[in-house]
Amino acid sequence: MSPALETQSLCKSFGALTVASEINFRLEPGARHALIGPNGAGKTTFVNMLTGRIPPTSGRILIGGEDITALGQAARVKRGLGRTFQINTLFQNVAVVDNVAFAVAEREGIAWRMFRPARSYRGVLDESMALLDTLGLAADARLTVAGLPYGKQRLVEIAIALGLKPSVLLLDEPAAGVPSLESHRILEVLDALPKDIAILIIEHDMDLVFRFAQRITVLTQGTVLVEGTPAEIAADHQVREVYLGERHA
Amino acid sequence: MNHTGGYVADPRIRAIEWLPWAIALLCYFVAPTYLPLGSYVLTMIIFALSLDLILGYGGIITLGHSAYFGTGAYAAGILAARLTGEPLIGLLAGTLAAGLLGLITGLIILRTRGLALLMLTLAITSLCFEVANKATSWTGGADGLGGFTIQPILGLFKFDFLGKTAYVYCLVVLFACWWLVRRLVYSPFGASLTGVRENNVRMHAAGAPVYRRLVIAYTISAALAGLAGALLTQTTQFVGLKVLGFELSGELMVMLILGGFGRIYGAFVGPLVFLVAQDYLAKQFPEYWYFGIGAMLVLVVMFARGGILGIIDAIIARLRRTQS
Repeated sequence: MSPALETQSLCKSFGALTVASEINFRLEPGARHALIGPNGAGKTTFVNMLTGRIPPTSGRILIGGEDITALGQAARVKRGLGRTFQINTLFQNVAVVDNVAFAVAEREGIAWRMFRPARSYRGVLDESMALLDTLGLAADARLTVAGLPYGKQRLVEIAIALGLKPSVLLLDEPAAGVPSLESHRILEVLDALPKDIAILIIEHDMDLVFRFAQRITVLTQGTVLVEGTPAEIAADHQVREVYLGERHA
Repeated sequence: MNHTGGYVADPRIRAIEWLPWAIALLCYFVAPTYLPLGSYVLTMIIFALSLDLILGYGGIITLGHSAYFGTGAYAAGILAARLTGEPLIGLLAGTLAAGLLGLITGLIILRTRGLALLMLTLAITSLCFEVANKATSWTGGADGLGGFTIQPILGLFKFDFLGKTAYVYCLVVLFACWWLVRRLVYSPFGASLTGVRENNVRMHAAGAPVYRRLVIAYTISAALAGLAGALLTQTTQFVGLKVLGFELSGELMVMLILGGFGRIYGAFVGPLVFLVAQDYLAKQFPEYWYFGIGAMLVLVVMFARGGILGIIDAIIARLRRTQS
């Protein structure tokens, strides 16, 4: 079975500055995989190449075995690649349920329709409401996003991505900026995500990474330092030196 | 009074939305001497509606919308001067010509955003202006294009000296445009435009073909602007270079901001207040009437970002709060 997501010798340079070099990465179907690394390791660049926001200098990206390197963002989403953003990237002045409905409508291909009122597409609304319900946001559905506390806004990020029914989900620091009292709620949601979605989580919070991930890839200076199970990573002396060393010195 | 569309918004027409039509009909009977001004206001409302679609809903900032208004105006004028003065065919010609220009220019300029986009819209208007200025055999150049006659509408209603027919004609066309724009705003397409305005990055990540969708919205908007231009040509039986001027684009933007953008009826209130104030101030203070317009705009931008309708919304909200 081909991996849900794969990169082959992925490189990116801005002039003389190399921010990603020869990244070979595999995300198996249904995986719970974490990508970690110190600041400036190239995690964000890697994610941006995966989603199509920036083109790689060389190398290939495949979803389910299909080469998508040349495809734009929208085409990649259509092939099952969903993402959340490190910093909330939401429709602020729009109802929470519409935030999700916009994504569902794109997936269903009805967002081009110009004549019938959007509200008459009950399926979109029902699906969006059901999705919010599973994330515990049903009571907030009609509020605007701007009126929600930050922790709940982080959940809306996830809800929009789920509205796309992705086969691969990139979670860019899902708990970033959330007070520790509320972060357990994010973890609950992450634990309850459908098992058939392959998830790559980019995260700084080591407790969250070691609780959630079955595999961990460590990125430093734009290249893969090591990959393994959480136990292997925790025991790896290289990792301790460059990364965990900062905390466990 | 906010019309934002989306999947939960109620698309049914509310009672208050009949108010502008009642007022427009009332004006027909009460103020017969003001009908030519009224026709112009109605025409500019269509033009403002077209801008609201891309600025208020799509978030595209443009100072070049007169390019499409002017194209529609000249298309209708040239058609009347050379081929036929049949008004409905003229409207269609103006709409199609401007829509086509909107599609072609949209494909080019919508690859950019922000300031670059703004400059490109200005450039397109300047290009159109120069073409109309130089192609004197077709457009009359700086002298303008006149001397054509517009036939009776549907062969029944002649354009009269007092402008009664023209007023009703404008009102009917505006009604059709309003209905269309309103449907569009409440449709899934309108919702996706709101999505692009609110967060273009997220819209990309949701798999939306943002560029193509903006091009289509821009084309529809340009077509509507052209329709408004054609209407002006037919009701005034003249086309001057001013319809392609940068000043008109600027005034249109001022009108829409004054009324409040992204709410449909801002496009009604803005032109009405602007043009009536202009008419009044120009009579009272012929030398510095623009000062009044400027002061009005400064006040709105400083204190009421939602425009006049935004102020009304705030007042209603406060009244409700004191009641409860």
